[in-house]
Amino acid sequence: MNAIEIKNINKSFGDTQAVSDINFSVKKGELFGLIGPDGAGKSTLFKILTTLLIPDEGNATVSGFDTVKDYKRIRKIIGYMPGKFSLYQDLSVQENLNFFATIFGTTIEKNYHLIKDIYVQLEPFKNRRAGKLSGGMKQKLALCCALIHEPEVLFLDEPTTGVDAVSRAEFWEMLKRLKAHGITILVSTPYMDEASLCERIALIQEGKILQIDTPQNITNSYSKPLFEIKSHDFYQLLKDLREEPFTERVEPFGEYLHLTTNSDISSNSISEILEKKGHTQIEINQAIASIEDVFLDLM
Amino acid sequence: MENNAITAIGLTKKFGDFTAVNAITFEVKKGEIFGFLGANGAGKTTAIKMLIGLSRPTNGQATVAGFDVFKQTNRIKENIGYMSQKFSLYEDLTVKQNINFYGGIYGLSRKKIIEKTASIIENLNLRSYANKVVGDLPLGWKQRLSFAVASVHDPKIIFLDEPTGGVDPATRRQFWEMIYEASNNGITIFVTTHYMDEAEYCHRVSIMVDGKIEALGTPRELKERFKVNSMDDVFIQLARG
Amino acid sequence: MLRIFLAFVKKETFHILRDTRTLVILFGMPIALVLIFGYTVTNEFKDASISIIDQSKDNLSHEFVEHLTASGHFQLTNLPNNINSLDGEFKGGNVKMGIVIPPNFEKDFFKKTPVTIQLITDASEPNYATTLTSYASQMIFSFQKKYSKSAIPPYQIETEIRMMYNPKLIGAYNFIPGVAALILMLISAMMTSLTIAKEKETGTMDLLLVSPLPPMLIILGKIMPYVVLSFIDAVLVFAMGYYIFEVPIHGSLALLLSLSLLYLTVALALGVLISTKAATQQAAMMVSLFTLMLPTMLLSGFMFPIASMPWVLQYISKIVPANYFVQIQQAVMLKGAGWESISHPILILIIMVFVLFAAAWKNFKVIYK
Repeated sequence: MNAIEIKNINKSFGDTQAVSDINFSVKKGELFGLIGPDGAGKSTLFKILTTLLIPDEGNATVSGFDTVKDYKRIRKIIGYMPGKFSLYQDLSVQENLNFFATIFGTTIEKNYHLIKDIYVQLEPFKNRRAGKLSGGMKQKLALCCALIHEPEVLFLDEPTTGVDAVSRAEFWEMLKRLKAHGITILVSTPYMDEASLCERIALIQEGKILQIDTPQNITNSYSKPLFEIKSHDFYQLLKDLREEPFTERVEPFGEYLHLTTNSDISSNSISEILEKKGHTQIEINQAIASIEDVFLDLM
Repeated sequence: MENNAITAIGLTKKFGDFTAVNAITFEVKKGEIFGFLGANGAGKTTAIKMLIGLSRPTNGQATVAGFDVFKQTNRIKENIGYMSQKFSLYEDLTVKQNINFYGGIYGLSRKKIIEKTASIIENLNLRSYANKVVGDLPLGWKQRLSFAVASVHDPKIIFLDEPTGGVDPATRRQFWEMIYEASNNGITIFVTTHYMDEAEYCHRVSIMVDGKIEALGTPRELKERFKVNSMDDVFIQLARG
Repeated sequence: MLRIFLAFVKKETFHILRDTRTLVILFGMPIALVLIFGYTVTNEFKDASISIIDQSKDNLSHEFVEHLTASGHFQLTNLPNNINSLDGEFKGGNVKMGIVIPPNFEKDFFKKTPVTIQLITDASEPNYATTLTSYASQMIFSFQKKYSKSAIPPYQIETEIRMMYNPKLIGAYNFIPGVAALILMLISAMMTSLTIAKEKETGTMDLLLVSPLPPMLIILGKIMPYVVLSFIDAVLVFAMGYYIFEVPIHGSLALLLSLSLLYLTVALALGVLISTKAATQQAAMMVSLFTLMLPTMLLSGFMFPIASMPWVLQYISKIVPANYFVQIQQAVMLKGAGWESISHPILILIIMVFVLFAAAWKNFKVIYK
């Protein structure tokens, strides 16, 4: 049995179609990523799966329970970390954690093994009010609160948004350790670079799933010729390449531009053309596609 | 000095016992895209607030667009634009009304406002949206409009506080093109971001850790100094200490 | 279950104790309201300027004028000859009340024919005007009593009061029940609707819903601390009324307090109902103010008599819970009534509790559409 099963889910708010015809399943113990920008429909899907929202069409199950009919059963076995920081800002770290343990009928001691790695980092601040924590710490506390009752399935809606790169890296290490406890994790993120840390991902944009597979298979599926290029004048290079007939797409990617061509033009000929346009210090290599390249291509 | 858009020397801000910004010294050249990076809680926001005249430094000195952050905060405000992660647009006003409003508060003449409104709508390709309320615009367009509005009074420096959080990759790139274009036109850009690939787009970056600037240089220099391949790794090495 | 419930109560108590604003509203507001109403509405006044139009000019009328001015409350400004001149005096603001003594005052009085003394006030300050007339009426009454001791049947002076507006006489006896009804309604209903709306606004409500907690427990856990606090407020208001403004409690204190608890429950149910509809604290606040505060102040009969309102308002006033609570308090505190004589308002409040909780329950979303 799959941990999560989603069939033909549709949901609209007024005229806005939030998610349309979503189908996918998450295996037990899997770390599954829902990758897409703000407004793609990720939070709506999370609310449906966490039994907060009734879909217009279709149905979904979590651990075999229907999200509408058996919502009470689901609420006992899931942990949810909403997109917005949703803890009591005026309660301390310890008080928040105690409260959530109690309402799930458990104690911190009982499931301490699950949160230990995270909680040791929070411990020095345990008497601080949650509202006074830094972004990274808030996120760790929210994860602790979502974990404290040992859920079977964990729903993390954009846990790393607005959090710095270090805290994000630490957060993902924690998720990997949780996976080792056998917890199924559905996590959403707008950061494409985090996709490779999931076992399988679904790319979502404007309420529709673009592709579902392992990150590796998704990047391998990029079949067009791709180069990374830079020269002394980055902005001019971008404008010049955009004019070329062989260019299908050109986008800044870190210190390079990623150029997707529509014909089999060699890197040498591109280099020559650029030199003629007055570019110096040209560097051009064949590039391996990233999730972000695929996403840009599918959009 | 004349070539610097921003000069900060030993700029410090203390809240009681806590030193949020600890004697930071740096300069930003005119027309530069300067990336101001740091972990959450490293003191970035406090530093920006001092530079844009919203918070009085405890110590040190700084000039922004040639004006002193202690004595001439009003002159600073006339010469800078500011865009935060929460778009500073009124969702229930139309595109035109928003531009008019911001033109108005910066004291542009009627004629100038009409000109600006026309050119912004033209440049952003917003003609069909001009009389629609901003709340109905797609996120990417809101963001670009927000940038245009922040520069409606032709500021010398534009401060961008995490302008691209949560935005899709294509929109993010369109946004950066606006930044390049502004920089090409001689406007200085001071930007914070959590996307490390965006750090690579900056001419120079500084990285703040616990209130201090721990590294400052071009992305290439920093990667060479830390012997790593990406800004992500530079950042993680520094912030982890 | 009890442990969970207590965890809730504990959490809610932390929220309240850590928010100075809430504390100020909870305890500062009742005290301030009682004092403001107490001293602005019923405070003694001195030297209010009056005109007396003495149309009989006999010994008794002179004695009467003497009696009025000797008290120190009223200062005689002038003695015009006709009523029409009063208008100018009022407009100039020199005079606050005119007292008209009818012709043949002495003769009629001792003949025991009813005499009517007219009190005409500048009711542009209605509260002040009411207070003036009630003082004047009392003094007329005491004047008549002086002569009545030996006379049977008693001498009769009737007062005829004319005002532009016609508020009921407000005295401490009247305002304590009214203020108690207002405060308890505001604190219980507004604070509960705010606290639930706050959980929605910050997103914590979603976390609670996604837990196995029965929604009823969420609601009860949230309102319980407010029941206790509002009850303390009720005691506070009654105590202030008793010790500062000398409002007696003739009836059973236990009955008064338990009926206060009943009224509180109505208010809390209203608060929960509002919060099921309001998504933000701001919305909850606006709805509370408009649907609770204004009707409670204006339509509960403590400021303006319901009997003289247009029938639409009279009709609406029947669904204002404060109305019944004011009746209950007046009966228990002032008349010393037992529960039998106020069973009607009690029954209505009980019905309200059930209807409101049922409506709140129906509207409380466990899953959003």
